[in-house]
Amino acid sequence: MISFIRKRIFASLVAILLVTVIVFILARIQGDPRTLYLDENLSQETYDALGRELGLDRPLYYQYWVFVSKLAQGDLGVSIHQRRPVFDIVLERLPATLKLAAAAFLFSIIIGVPIGILSAVKRGTIWDLAGRTFAVLGHSLPSFWVGIMAIFIFAVTLGWLPPFGDGSLAHYVLPSIALGWAAAGGQMRLVRSAMLETLDSQYIVLARAKGVKYRSVIFKHALRNALLAPLTFAGLTLGGLITGAIIIETVFAWPGLGLLAINSVMASDYAVLQGVMVTVTVFYVAISLLVDIVYGWVDPRIRYG
Amino acid sequence: MVSVARQPPKIHPAEAPIASQPNRSKRVSRLFRRYPVFSMLMLGLLIFAAIAAPAIAPYPATHGELRSRHAEPVILGGESQHVLGADSIGRDVLSRLIFGARISLLVAAGTIIIAGTIGTILGLISGWYGGWIDETIMRLVDAMNAIPVILVALVLAVAVGPSFALLLGVLSLGQWPVFARQIRAEALTLRERDYVQLARVAGASTGRILLRHILPGVFSTVLVVATNQVGTVILAEAGLSFLGVGVPPPTPSWGGMISDGRLYLTEAWWISAFPGIAIALTVLSLVFMGDWLRDRLDPTLRQLE
Repeated sequence: MISFIRKRIFASLVAILLVTVIVFILARIQGDPRTLYLDENLSQETYDALGRELGLDRPLYYQYWVFVSKLAQGDLGVSIHQRRPVFDIVLERLPATLKLAAAAFLFSIIIGVPIGILSAVKRGTIWDLAGRTFAVLGHSLPSFWVGIMAIFIFAVTLGWLPPFGDGSLAHYVLPSIALGWAAAGGQMRLVRSAMLETLDSQYIVLARAKGVKYRSVIFKHALRNALLAPLTFAGLTLGGLITGAIIIETVFAWPGLGLLAINSVMASDYAVLQGVMVTVTVFYVAISLLVDIVYGWVDPRIRYG
Repeated sequence: MVSVARQPPKIHPAEAPIASQPNRSKRVSRLFRRYPVFSMLMLGLLIFAAIAAPAIAPYPATHGELRSRHAEPVILGGESQHVLGADSIGRDVLSRLIFGARISLLVAAGTIIIAGTIGTILGLISGWYGGWIDETIMRLVDAMNAIPVILVALVLAVAVGPSFALLLGVLSLGQWPVFARQIRAEALTLRERDYVQLARVAGASTGRILLRHILPGVFSTVLVVATNQVGTVILAEAGLSFLGVGVPPPTPSWGGMISDGRLYLTEAWWISAFPGIAIALTVLSLVFMGDWLRDRLDPTLRQLE
């Protein structure tokens, strides 16, 4: 178990390190950051002074080292557009993204798991077909398109739900469906195939033969075992939802990290963009690490696999 | 009362007993069960549209007649010359869809070729050598999974500006780990096979064994993974184009068209609606195609349906 956790933590650190390298290299590709601050009729002295201040006169590996050690202390630089520390800006927007991802995750579980059970139990019927159609559509429809069409139908035409922004519970409905549909489909498929496998196993037949009630065979015997598979998927899903939120936030004007990232692209605010990237990666890595460890603890086969 | 008793194993269509005197309707239905007819037709149409775009598109894709601004689609009873309507600067939606297919397929094919080649090579090396080489490549694969490709694309778009090459690079960055992981697993088992061991004993070089003995063995896996990933790549490309960091306008892309139509939903919802349907149909076809191919090439992977 210890070596399993050590291995996973190591992989997580590699991921974060890789992102910092990418971000750093891309920042340098972008060119001299001084050109963003200054206009051309400034004197050479000021130009050089700023270069020294920003550490641009030092070798690249040193600049990278400074960048990483600042990062480790939560210093993500200053936004040239908002003139505030990036850390504060990112921290402000983070809860909205996490809430949206959590809502979509909840949706994927609440919808995906029951449909998966229904599909497996009523295998081969019209219910099964409907459930599988739901799943495959979630996989094939672009989330942002679902979002736009949902806004058009349910917010603009029918006026049932608010079209964008956050606030009340009603604001969560459309974005979490648009974001969570694909994940719900994934959950559904996993639950369905796991249920089918367990329903086929000997102990279910035994339970039925003993005269255990149908309902309790499904929910106590089969479902408990079938739920192990979707659990592994949970970490991936949650991580995917956080990155998926980037695109959905722009559709629904949801004030999270994604909208922040897109606005920073338009404002060429590189510091903010790299702050968002590092933050999202750290969260993704942390969540999948956590889920992996929990799962490895629940199911010993993973640890030694 | 529904029974939980074991259901008889579903007979795969290929093994289904053949009727002694198949009539026409039976033959047709067998054809549909045995081959993904819908997917084949859809993908065939798409490839044809992409190749023959200038010849079959009724209007130019990048110029519009302002007179036909927001012209209603003929298929919805509109009185215009535009089958699927026209957009906000009078460009024919159908023609743009046809030309958009070019971009989608070109990007998807390019990405799969680049990512498939890199992923397969690294997967083979990883599975063959094992040890620290395997460990390094696999940690890199894990790390890549944690890096939000969308954000990398946004950062790059700010740093160097969006372009076709950039799009290919970013998408390949996200795709190669999928290939590497699967090919590695396959190579690991093939390495222990007798014929590989014998080739080694016979004095074949590592390069020869990998190319002549292992690569043909993993090729069906490469094909299955590639088919499955094409859909993912098309969705990802659409997402990036939607965010404005895909193929730069005025080149029509499906994702970009959805984005263009967002502002005019109430007046002309078809601008956004049809490209989304095109994406969904394409990805749907690829999903079915991938499932079929997987069952055909590797029956052991067949899922419990």
